[in-house]
Amino acid sequence: MEKTRNNRAWFMVLPVVALVAFSAVLPLMTVVNYSVQDTFGNNVFFWAGTEWFTQVLESERMHDALWRQFLFSAVILAIEVPLGVAVALCMPKKGFWASVCLVLMALPLLIPWNVVGTIWQVFGRVDIGLLGWTLANLGVDYNYTQNPLDAWITVVVMDVWHWTSLVVLLAYAGLQSIPQAYYQAARIDQASRWKVFRYIELPKMKGVLLIAVLLRFMDSFMIYTEPFVVTGGGPGTATTFLSIDLVKMALGQFDLGPAAAFSLMYFLVILLLSWVFYTVMTNSDKAGKGA
Amino acid sequence: MKIGNFLVVTLYILFLMLPIYWLLNMSFKPNSEILGGITFFPRNFTVQNYVTIFTDPSWYMGYVNSILYVAMNTVISLAVALPAAYAFSRYSFLGDKHLFFWLLTNRMAPPAVFALPFFQLYSSVGLFDTHIAVALAHCLFNVPLAVWILEGFMRGVPKEIDETAYIDGYSWPRFFVKIFMPLIASGIGVAAFFCFMFSWVELLLSRTLTTVDAKPIAATMTRTVSASGLDWGLLAAAGVLTIIPGALVVFFVRNYIAKGFALGRV
Amino acid sequence: MAKITLDNLGHCYGGRPANRDDYQLKPMSHVWEDGAAYALLGPSGCGKSTLLNIISGLLIPSEGRVLFGEQDVTRAPTAKRNIAQVFQFPVVYDTMTVYDNLAFPLRNRRAAARYVDIRVKAVAEMIGLADRLDERAQGLTADAKQKISLGRGMVREDVSAILFDEPLTVIDPHMKWELRTQLKALHREFGHTMIYVTHDQTEALTFADKVVVMSDGEVVQVGAPAELFERPAHTFVGYFIGSPGMNVLDAEVEGSMAHVMGCALPLARRYGRLSGRVQIGVRPEFASVAETGPGLPVSVTRVEDVGRHRVVRATIGGVEVNAIAQEGQSVPENAEWLRFAPEAVNVYADGWLVEGEAA
Repeated sequence: MEKTRNNRAWFMVLPVVALVAFSAVLPLMTVVNYSVQDTFGNNVFFWAGTEWFTQVLESERMHDALWRQFLFSAVILAIEVPLGVAVALCMPKKGFWASVCLVLMALPLLIPWNVVGTIWQVFGRVDIGLLGWTLANLGVDYNYTQNPLDAWITVVVMDVWHWTSLVVLLAYAGLQSIPQAYYQAARIDQASRWKVFRYIELPKMKGVLLIAVLLRFMDSFMIYTEPFVVTGGGPGTATTFLSIDLVKMALGQFDLGPAAAFSLMYFLVILLLSWVFYTVMTNSDKAGKGA
Repeated sequence: MKIGNFLVVTLYILFLMLPIYWLLNMSFKPNSEILGGITFFPRNFTVQNYVTIFTDPSWYMGYVNSILYVAMNTVISLAVALPAAYAFSRYSFLGDKHLFFWLLTNRMAPPAVFALPFFQLYSSVGLFDTHIAVALAHCLFNVPLAVWILEGFMRGVPKEIDETAYIDGYSWPRFFVKIFMPLIASGIGVAAFFCFMFSWVELLLSRTLTTVDAKPIAATMTRTVSASGLDWGLLAAAGVLTIIPGALVVFFVRNYIAKGFALGRV
Repeated sequence: MAKITLDNLGHCYGGRPANRDDYQLKPMSHVWEDGAAYALLGPSGCGKSTLLNIISGLLIPSEGRVLFGEQDVTRAPTAKRNIAQVFQFPVVYDTMTVYDNLAFPLRNRRAAARYVDIRVKAVAEMIGLADRLDERAQGLTADAKQKISLGRGMVREDVSAILFDEPLTVIDPHMKWELRTQLKALHREFGHTMIYVTHDQTEALTFADKVVVMSDGEVVQVGAPAELFERPAHTFVGYFIGSPGMNVLDAEVEGSMAHVMGCALPLARRYGRLSGRVQIGVRPEFASVAETGPGLPVSVTRVEDVGRHRVVRATIGGVEVNAIAQEGQSVPENAEWLRFAPEAVNVYADGWLVEGEAA
């Protein structure tokens, strides 16, 4: 759409800017402030320069947390996106059962995150949880509080349980927007099921899948509450993702300087990656249009 | 419907429902039964856990608090996002693209980063432990999202509609409320849904910013850790109750989900 | 290629119709001759798309049979029918090039690469996209996309028929004309059976050798454009085709005279006793106004100049009637009488045309 040039439109944006600035800029400045100062308590601060940044950048702890975080985000994206698309493709297109599916699938999305954690904490316990008990009875040695791998699997399965539906709903919405004529044309052209997916459904879902990947990536990168409730970051540091590590550092040990420096870099990493995702995906789209 | 499709969908829903079933199951059991072994249906059926929650103000006020700040957040987010989204969808102005991106970056800000500064900020302005504090804090990620969603829907409305309305003598506010908002009603519904959703499920900020008066239900749940160990039944009942508002909301918007989740930008 | 026979075909969504009004498509029989160009004309919701979908196999009729040649294909899937269809909105595979789009139906049928190449290039030549084969289909204009849909239909040499479902809806007016001309040329050159669904009479009359007019789930007339114009088989055809439509007036018919509101009008043919609601229908092209009788006393409301001719709008007893004055023909200032050419007056009973005997 052609947009009119009008700088007075700023007045309409002003409330948003004021509101978000209040919640974003001031706290961010506080963080920046901490990140370059040191304190011996009593609210006496002095300039520390880039000391905290260097310290955090060199700390093995940060590297490990970052690595775990990447692994986690990659794993859940690799599971949730294909699974979500597959489920969306299998769903009834309309009618009563489609509504039932949508309502049931959206349910996990609306459960407070610590309740999600609690549900899985209970569900996975060998003594009182259905999953843990079943696995134990099947002879599987499963214990998410002791075994790092089990803890990981539990957290990943929980995230899949919690968020795959978002991908399903987005993909389903994308599929719904495909006019019936495309499917009819494909039948006339004798296209196979795979080709219908590859050349009709996938291109039409691209827009919403981009949103799905971006949202899932950002949110998984910021994940805190659910794994914290289930494993508390353990056993050891096996499931200590970036946010958990950060809160441990800031509130647990009250290392404000490093925590703040850590926060900033963490934020920048998310920004950078989101930007890369976004650019890569929209560029491939543009290339398609321009060629 | 093909049998394979049916199987995939059924298995997936089964996977989603099992943990919820287990929570529901537990919430109707006394603690002795929960700890006594696995039973698939409550053998000593009891609603005592729910009675406890509904008779103890420190429990049920948690719900009231949560619902209050979620409602406030939804209203505030939409009220400021609507004109802004209109501006982004209709006009180009100095720095519009940068502004839009800056707004979206706040959606990417990890709450963990902001928890402590928020605590200090709201304490210093005297809003600590109030509903409005939580509502404002949640605006940080809900407003950008609402602007983003609404902008997508508004772009789908042809500009000629605006122009026709002006020619017919509508003032901008009247045009916006009487003509434009009904046209993007499903978009507003979806934005409200997302605001509700993310405000309702968030815990880190809402817990950091409250102690007693505005404490959310989800945080109240941690109270079940007492001297005698965890009160599992009570925990489960509280959990079940936190699912209900979400379930209601989904039920009401079920017909818009398909259209709305495309966010107007397919 | 083969003729397409519809044998007692009817369709009612969801099972058993209680009476004739329940049908979306009332039972009918019709033969689509091999190689002819048909238009299926009717207002929205008259059942023409239902009929088209039954022919293409996207819909299975609730009764009757569809035959391609001698073969019963009523329940055969679309892919087995060798049908091509062009839809209202251009359907192209966005991510593919024009070449791949055109090759798609052949490749899906496992044609040899050399053959595909020859066919694609030939078809691209026909639809005028030969120099754009390497472009991505996504960036093309609506009319180019619609040409690709058409090309995908023609790329298979064995198509039984090409069906068009209001294919020009989203095309710019000046491109409409060009595409329609091109279709016509392609039809003459390659002789595919074409069935063209539209609600636009100009499109139908200029495209087709034979027009099938539908109303309310029923075929009311099949005929060449001239027949539809001169002898509409149903008052609906009279209204729907022509601009303005046919004048229809309640009348009493006796022998070779019609009485309308007490005025006698001569007819070119004799009629026996007629039952039901009797009406006469006259095209405005065969009506004229005059200052003196005989004829029907009318009051002229206005005269519209539409270029090649003028339309005289008048009323008689509250009913609107029109006459067309050709170029050069004068319209008297104080015209009060409307005259009809007797041989152009058609007589209808309950809406259907009654054939008279030569007088």
